[in-house]
Amino acid sequence: MYAFDYRRPSTLNEADLALKAMPGAKLLAGGQTLIPTLKQRLNRLPGLIDLGAITGLDGISRKDGTLVVGAMATHYAVANSAEVKTAIPQLANLAENIGDPQVRNRGTIGGSLANNDPAADYPAAALALGASFKTNKRSLTAEQFFKGLFETALEENEILTEIHFPVAKRFGYAKFANPASRYALVGVAVAETAGGVRVTVTGAGADGVFRVPAMESALAKSFAANSVSGIAVDTKMLGSDMHAAADYRAHLIGVLAARAVTLAG
Amino acid sequence: MSKVSMTVNGQSVSEDVEPRMLLVQFLREQLLLTGTHVGCDTSQCGACVVHVNGRAIKSCTALAIACEGATVTTIEGIGSESNLHPMQEAFREHHALQCGYCTPGMIMASIDIVNRKGHKLDEQTIREELEGNICRCTGYHNIVKAVGAGAAAMAKTPA
Ligand SMILES: Cc1cc2nc3c(=O)[nH]c(=O)nc-3n(C[C@H](O)[C@H](O)[C@H](O)COP(=O)(O)OP(=O)(O)OC[C@H]3O[C@@H](n4cnc5c(N)ncnc54)[C@H](O)[C@@H]3O)c2cc1C
Ligand code: FES
Ligand code: FES
Repeated sequence: MYAFDYRRPSTLNEADLALKAMPGAKLLAGGQTLIPTLKQRLNRLPGLIDLGAITGLDGISRKDGTLVVGAMATHYAVANSAEVKTAIPQLANLAENIGDPQVRNRGTIGGSLANNDPAADYPAAALALGASFKTNKRSLTAEQFFKGLFETALEENEILTEIHFPVAKRFGYAKFANPASRYALVGVAVAETAGGVRVTVTGAGADGVFRVPAMESALAKSFAANSVSGIAVDTKMLGSDMHAAADYRAHLIGVLAARAVTLAG
Repeated sequence: MSKVSMTVNGQSVSEDVEPRMLLVQFLREQLLLTGTHVGCDTSQCGACVVHVNGRAIKSCTALAIACEGATVTTIEGIGSESNLHPMQEAFREHHALQCGYCTPGMIMASIDIVNRKGHKLDEQTIREELEGNICRCTGYHNIVKAVGAGAAAMAKTPA
């Protein structure tokens, strides 16, 4: 690792000031992505601003029809939260299947979404459920937030503070985990929300998480696993790499979409 | 250099560290607690697992300085040669190691499984929960047996 400065603010305001004082510095949440990247010297930073000492960023609560999850809530906390399990049970299940227990004990929902890894699990759920993203400056819809591979609408000095998930009528998520990394080789989320049915895919898109309109309209007509199984996704939209070719990913999307529908109940 | 203070295996320590020092380097190189191992560069092998504030984490993927005020337990902190922790004893008894490189991490991860999931662990649960720990020698069967037996033994001998 290259050397860097370290700040440990105790309030959001202090974190904001620290970011302004150190251009190019990055926020440190659970470190489960950032530290490996720094260790490999894939990144050289002037400083890290640790969100770990700021209280009140890791709460999980339900306000009417919305599940509010603090950015610093760990995957473990989401997986084991009674609120999450009753409001959106499959979201708890998604968190329970991220990486391994040690990663779940440290890694956070905010870090995962801010990182927007094309193979991460949370982006699929956030886009399917129509989550909104609260920062220390503004509120963004999921469509506004995700911007392609490892890119979001977050500005350099912006801190993600809460994710608001509207509680869906039903929601399911099915993942085919890469056997080595446990990230999604392909993951499909299906939600029936007040705004209609949404189907989203992670792990497969050449440009990150995306929706599948053809599956959405098929499910709107009939919310059943066999409604989606025949629908093919254009392989030109999909990534191809040493882990899987685009046509294999396309096949998995159909299989997993049907499973996600079944899980959604 | 910045000062970091934490409790390691029951003892308060306060040391100057560079911000980039990993917790595992701090434990091994500064405190000379070399029981915690480093097996990879990618946060995947689990040889470095320790407990921070009662939870298993990969000490190769945490900064020492970020553990300010934390309570850390390493393999050295759970038992002694003459008085092994029940999970250590189960690993010995069931021949759950060959070279032993992965063992400290396996044992710390296994105690965390018991803390979270209780003393009656079925094989499937143990295998899934050991997702983050890689062993190049044993083929895992004896590790899985040891974790089940160690978990049951921990119910009798409170750690
Ligand atoms: C072995 C292993 C297996 C994994 N498996 C999976 C998996 O199966 N599925 C999956 O989805 N992920 C997986 N991950 C990634 C894991 O979920 C990470 O925890 C997550 O991607 C990043 O969260 P973090 O809290 O660790 O963030 P960090 O690593 O601390 O930060 C990541 C990035 O987000 C920024 N950031 C963090 N918090 C905020 C915030 N509040 N506001 C603005 N920016 C912020 C940081 O500056 C940094 O750029 C795995 C990781 C490892 C090491
Ligand atoms: S050394 Fe920490 S996971 Fe491999
Ligand atoms: S006993 Fe050798 S790596 Fe596990």
